[in-house]
Amino acid sequence: MAIVVKRKPLNLLEKLYIPEIARGLAVTFRRMLFGETVTLEYPEQRPPIPAGYRGVPTLVRDPEGREKCVSCQLCEFVCPPKAIRITPGEIPEDSEYAHVEKGPKEFDIDMLRCIYCGMCQEVCPEEAIWLQNQYSMSGYSRAEMVNDKTKLYELGGTLPDEHFKWNKKKEAAEHGGGHH
Amino acid sequence: MTDLFFYIFAAITLACAFAVVFSRNPVNAAMFLILTFLGMASLFVMLEAYFLAVIQVLVYAGAVVVLFLFIIMLLDVKEESKAKLKPLTLVASVIGFAILLVGVVGITSSDNIKATTETLPEAAGATLKNFGYELFTTYQLPMQVTGFLLLVAMIGVIVLSKRVKTD
Amino acid sequence: MELSDIAIKSIYAVIVVSVLMGFCSYAVLAERKISSWIQGRVGPNRTSLPFISSIPYIGRFLTRLGVFQPIADGAKFLFKEDITPAHVNKLYFTLAPILSLIPALTTVVVVPFGYYENAAGEVVTLVLTDLNVAILFLFAVSSLGVYGIVLAGWSSNSKYPFLGGIRASAQMISYELAMGISVLPVFMWLNAPGTAGTLSLVDVVNSQGGALWYAMWMPGSFLIFVVCIFAETNRLPFDMAESETELVSGFHTEYSSFKFGLFFVGEYAHMLVGSAIVAILFLGGWHPLPFMTWADFGVHGLLAGVLSVGTLIGKLCGFMFFFMWIRWTLPRFRYDQVMKLGWQMLLPASIANLVLYTFIIYFLERP
Ligand code: SF4
Ligand code: SF4
Repeated sequence: MAIVVKRKPLNLLEKLYIPEIARGLAVTFRRMLFGETVTLEYPEQRPPIPAGYRGVPTLVRDPEGREKCVSCQLCEFVCPPKAIRITPGEIPEDSEYAHVEKGPKEFDIDMLRCIYCGMCQEVCPEEAIWLQNQYSMSGYSRAEMVNDKTKLYELGGTLPDEHFKWNKKKEAAEHGGGHH
Repeated sequence: MTDLFFYIFAAITLACAFAVVFSRNPVNAAMFLILTFLGMASLFVMLEAYFLAVIQVLVYAGAVVVLFLFIIMLLDVKEESKAKLKPLTLVASVIGFAILLVGVVGITSSDNIKATTETLPEAAGATLKNFGYELFTTYQLPMQVTGFLLLVAMIGVIVLSKRVKTD
Repeated sequence: MELSDIAIKSIYAVIVVSVLMGFCSYAVLAERKISSWIQGRVGPNRTSLPFISSIPYIGRFLTRLGVFQPIADGAKFLFKEDITPAHVNKLYFTLAPILSLIPALTTVVVVPFGYYENAAGEVVTLVLTDLNVAILFLFAVSSLGVYGIVLAGWSSNSKYPFLGGIRASAQMISYELAMGISVLPVFMWLNAPGTAGTLSLVDVVNSQGGALWYAMWMPGSFLIFVVCIFAETNRLPFDMAESETELVSGFHTEYSSFKFGLFFVGEYAHMLVGSAIVAILFLGGWHPLPFMTWADFGVHGLLAGVLSVGTLIGKLCGFMFFFMWIRWTLPRFRYDQVMKLGWQMLLPASIANLVLYTFIIYFLERP
């Protein structure tokens, strides 16, 4: 049932309208002189981004500086607008972690396609791709709007890791036997 | 100089008046009507009857034609197609023109209108005071009659446009 | 009239119009700044000029105040793409912005803005023409301004502008009447029996020198006139023709770049002239205080010219501020409320006011 709010009948002064206008004018005038400014001056001042914000998808490294992504291409597969392009590759021979896992050779996310759905983060088995607090992407050309691997790592930075799976994997590869 | 201006403005006024009658697009006609009024106002200015000139612009160009435009826009009048001249229209317009002709000739040939160069500054309408004075003394009767006529017209419009309850 | 006279008048006219245009652009800035302050925002504060902006403190202060913004705004209006939609009536579409600006600029002709005393001690009024029927001229010319809006609405040939045009025409007619009647008491008082009839604005100002200002003893007239000025200049709360929340942008929905700029400047020019008229008719013109003139303060000669023009401009700016202040205080009226206010309240009120002051003036002036 609709709720009907009874309007208070206006008294004579209110019906005259002019005193009420004067009151309104006083309010706005006070606001003008003493009201605080509520806007942020954007490029210099930035709004605080709450934890859990889903901004631009980025790639992260673990605390030991390794790339977490193993280029399983699940994210590429799941991405609804097909924004991700991965070229899988091997980890170079001279690396300490060679043969342990694979790594992406190239990893491009087209930010003109990305819809910030977070599916990639959800699906990633390695917790390697994260939607973090970046919210402003802009560029002068289409090419500029494609984030490549370097850019993605730059944006992503390092996130804490509990498992250090890579060490275990390496161990397993060297001494045989699974660690599961 | 003054003569030249007179002829220029008179020509503009007449040309626009013809354009009002002959243009098929009603908005064009209304615009030309404004120009006609402005032309007439400038003729008044040349007679130094500033008050009349200003009133001409204020009332006719500023208000009456706005109403015309309002109606034209509201009714969404399209360009008028070429209509056949009805015999009745023809007869009526010929009679109307004849009356106008007689009136103009009658006025221009009467004695009151001649040789007014000396009395020009004091002519009715030249200054506000004269204008008001003449309006409320010499021309009192015509003014009252005109007012009455307008009143009748107004009442007529109200009666015609009033919604009649049909039950 | 001598040729040199004509030349001087032309130069005067050019100066007055360019000053008016300058005021217009800064009025736009003031509007943006004041609205932002009232709304708790910052307003334009980025545009900077080379050199001036790099002066320490002052340059930064000016930039923060947005002083250079009008230049950027103007350049923007000039260089944006001018789109003429395919479905418009080209002639009237182009004519409309011009028609809305010209009357606003023409009305300045009769607005007196100060006086000075020449070497012989005579008072010379600074006015382009001291017309005997100045106030009527002003009403007449400014009433022509509505054609710009109506034609813009009609020629745009689409629905929202059309509605805006219709509203504008109805609104103008409704408020012109009350406006005309509301100033009558002023001129009734001015034209005391035995004096030559005058409707000149200069005389209005002179009659307020060393006396009460008209706003003080004719508050009714003042109020009605101010409301009507708001309606005539199409300002909030009466911006029926534009009302962006209902009609997108009203009559200038289809306009862009320079043509839109003309409408914009026209509106502000109209406001400026309106404010000047209010100051002249009711707020004592260039007289600094009620019962006091600059001559009473011992100011004579050219200094009086500077001060009197300054006073009028000060009052004008004050009223411009009032325009903006009201804009951010009152919500827009509904269309039927506007009509009702015009015909059922302001018109009867102005007539009652006229009758009342007829009696008051009669008893005041009775020998
Ligand atoms: S980011 Fe995650 S899901 Fe995508 S390829 Fe790398 S490991 Fe696989
Ligand atoms: S957030 Fe969604 S759209 Fe963007 S890259 Fe990840 S899966 Fe694709």
